[in-house]
Amino acid sequence: MVIVRALMGLALFLVVPPFLPEWITFLLTLAWAKALAVLGVVLLLRGGLLTFGHALYYAVGAYTAGFAVKFLGVHEGLVVLVLAVVTGATTSALLGLLLARYRGVHFGLLNLAFSMVLYAILLKFYAVTGGTDGLRLPTPLLAGIKPPPQSLRLTIYYVTVVLTALLLYVAHRFTASPLGYTLRAVRDNEVRVEYMGASVRQAIYCSYIVAGVLASVGGVLAGFSVGHIVPEVSFWTQSGEFVFVALLGGTGSVVAPIAGSIVFEFVRNYAFKYSPYTWQMTLGIVLLIIIFFLPGGLWSLTGLARRWGFATRRWTR
Amino acid sequence: MSAGLTFTYGVVRILNLAHGNLYALGAYMGAWLVLGWGSSAWPVLSYLLLFVAAVFIGVTAGPVIERVFLRRVYGKAEEIQILLTFSILLILEDVIKLVWGVSPLFADKPYTYMGLVRLGGVDYAGYPFLLTGIAVVTGLLLWLVVTRTRFGKVLISVITDREVSSALGVNVPRIYTLAFTLGAVFAALGGAFTAPMFSLVPGIGAEVIVVSFAVVAIGGLGSIGGAALGALLVGLARATAVHLFPELDLFAIYLIMALVLLVRPQGLFGQVEARRI
Amino acid sequence: MGLRDATMDPVSAVLETVSLTKFFGMVRAAEDLSLRFQEGELVGIVGPNGSGKTTLLNVITGYVKPDRGRIRYQGRDITGLPPRAVADLGIARSFQMPQLYLSLTVLENLVLALAIRAGRAREFWAPLARVDRLDDARRILEQFGLEEHASHDAGQLPEGARKLLDVALSFARRPRILLMDEPTSGVSARDKSTVMDTLVPVLKGTGVTTIFVEHDMEVVQRYAERVLAFDEGKVVAAGSPDAVLADPAVRRALLGRA
Repeated sequence: MVIVRALMGLALFLVVPPFLPEWITFLLTLAWAKALAVLGVVLLLRGGLLTFGHALYYAVGAYTAGFAVKFLGVHEGLVVLVLAVVTGATTSALLGLLLARYRGVHFGLLNLAFSMVLYAILLKFYAVTGGTDGLRLPTPLLAGIKPPPQSLRLTIYYVTVVLTALLLYVAHRFTASPLGYTLRAVRDNEVRVEYMGASVRQAIYCSYIVAGVLASVGGVLAGFSVGHIVPEVSFWTQSGEFVFVALLGGTGSVVAPIAGSIVFEFVRNYAFKYSPYTWQMTLGIVLLIIIFFLPGGLWSLTGLARRWGFATRRWTR
Repeated sequence: MSAGLTFTYGVVRILNLAHGNLYALGAYMGAWLVLGWGSSAWPVLSYLLLFVAAVFIGVTAGPVIERVFLRRVYGKAEEIQILLTFSILLILEDVIKLVWGVSPLFADKPYTYMGLVRLGGVDYAGYPFLLTGIAVVTGLLLWLVVTRTRFGKVLISVITDREVSSALGVNVPRIYTLAFTLGAVFAALGGAFTAPMFSLVPGIGAEVIVVSFAVVAIGGLGSIGGAALGALLVGLARATAVHLFPELDLFAIYLIMALVLLVRPQGLFGQVEARRI
Repeated sequence: MGLRDATMDPVSAVLETVSLTKFFGMVRAAEDLSLRFQEGELVGIVGPNGSGKTTLLNVITGYVKPDRGRIRYQGRDITGLPPRAVADLGIARSFQMPQLYLSLTVLENLVLALAIRAGRAREFWAPLARVDRLDDARRILEQFGLEEHASHDAGQLPEGARKLLDVALSFARRPRILLMDEPTSGVSARDKSTVMDTLVPVLKGTGVTTIFVEHDMEVVQRYAERVLAFDEGKVVAAGSPDAVLADPAVRRALLGRA
């Protein structure tokens, strides 16, 4: 059963970390949190929509947490998460009105433009956003209880993993639902979708909101695990990273973003130390290799995907 | 710059995200040449150097990108084409850092050579006028090439119908390479001649692609006249915003873009493409 | 002036066009077309390339807006409605070049069509592949002789099967009217009759009004109950297949200057 294997994999991630060094737990937390934003990119890619601005929603989530703490005095993590869902959904619902009619390059770059506008706002309105200094995120309460300092990292890790796993399940249901399939159908043939009596724009709009909320929650989780947020979370390189990880993992399964994200965080941790100037070039070259030789992403490399029944289909034509 | 972007899109139907990097390459190359060989004894030389830099970048990088990479993805899904140019963007960003380092590069000599121009009792720097002149002249040249020459006619036939043109004996792949190279030269020209006005830092390529996309989106993808009008609108908006609210110069651009796209999703001069069924 | 179909009883017309006109620049795709279609009939439309056959389907389904004229369906004016709304009212169409979801399997294609018809396109939690829906889809595949392809990607089907699936997707909407654009084009001469022999009994069995555009005279002669011959956006002949195809004006238009 797919569900059983998924739960077994999850159990592994729940049991092992207490025995790992703290920095590994930290990287894993980041990887799981960012995987949510990547998942948003993947969902849109399944509809043939490539966004270069998904960091926008990631930043919306992170700064929602920042503002909630700074201005509203909210320290309860769960309340912050709910707030982030609301802000993420509102932002994507508004921008989606404009964006849902675009495809291809227009869609990708309009998203990029909006995320860069947010970046400029975060950078320039120093009094509110802290400018380049960013905002500090103190340790949140969890259901009213303050986690003890020695188990802080682990607590945040567990919250992140459990929440991400839950949302992965939601995304999994989404991809198998009529709306999820309609989105794939939009990628294949918009004309037929309309002639079947479904609305292309509505399918894209709904998916866009889902993708925005996912990234927003990811932003909160990553923000709390780092403890500090800066405007760079909305910069185009962050969006580019999400796209990169989405392709690294592959778009065939909702589990692939986790795999891609974990590989990515660890590789970057080392690569960045040794050659900071060639990091983007490395990404570019790997991306070229994926495009030309591995259209299913790393996920397809193992061949496990199909055998385990997770994979649905490759994303190329 | 935007003319180059919309031009290549019109022909090749792939919007090149690495276009901003060609602009950046042109700028760096130009600034580097001017810093190295420009002499105050002979000011004209520095302008020549800028020009040479742009053409050099255009005719080397253009064909390589088109022949080696883009050619493999013609006819594939659009998102793959975009991703391909995105990976080229990432690579070129670092190439610039590797070659010229991360510290700012500032070659303002060509700017100061032009001196000041007195207009209505106020002194203006002369260089922006030169820049405007160059932009207008290249724009006109491009328009003449497209409408008046044999190459232009062939180009239009390829744009209209790839298959029929190739059946009529047009060497379509060669036209693609030529058009892409021409677009690259325009990008590099834009970079080289604006270089003296700013200090160059890594990352300008990405910034530029966003702004020029806004320009092109306002005008309508694939329309050269639209690109010119878009550039004018964006330039005016930016100037006004800088004057009134210095914080908001980027917004002005996106505000106009959002407004235009709300009213006319295909841009001012863009055409709606209907799919034949 | 187009030729009026005086033989039809106006009351029972399920679909009717009134003075429909559409020009593409100098090309007359439809000029003052007034047509009536009766419940349950099987009408073939013939005509040379560019005579406006496909345009008629595009205009009826709202893909193209007419310059002038109205379209009435069950007494209701549907002129200017978008394809989605027209489809919802019960007018489905198939395409000359099959419009399929190439990366989905044949079964998935059909199941999605069924889900959308049931108004479930916006559901994001319940699975698409519900058991009853799968059963319905398999039944339709069987009717169209596609059951062996059920788990194949639509992109890998042979042309004849693609054509059939294209019609099946439209048919799955249980339309009152089905418009087919050249159901046998691109299919080898031998397979043309296989395609039609599969389609016609299914369609007649449900009583759906079917209008099909066709190039192949033999197919039209064999399967259509009534034929309209188009040329330059006008009906040049109408009536029984034998009568229309024997008409000298039609032969001239279709077979060149005889």
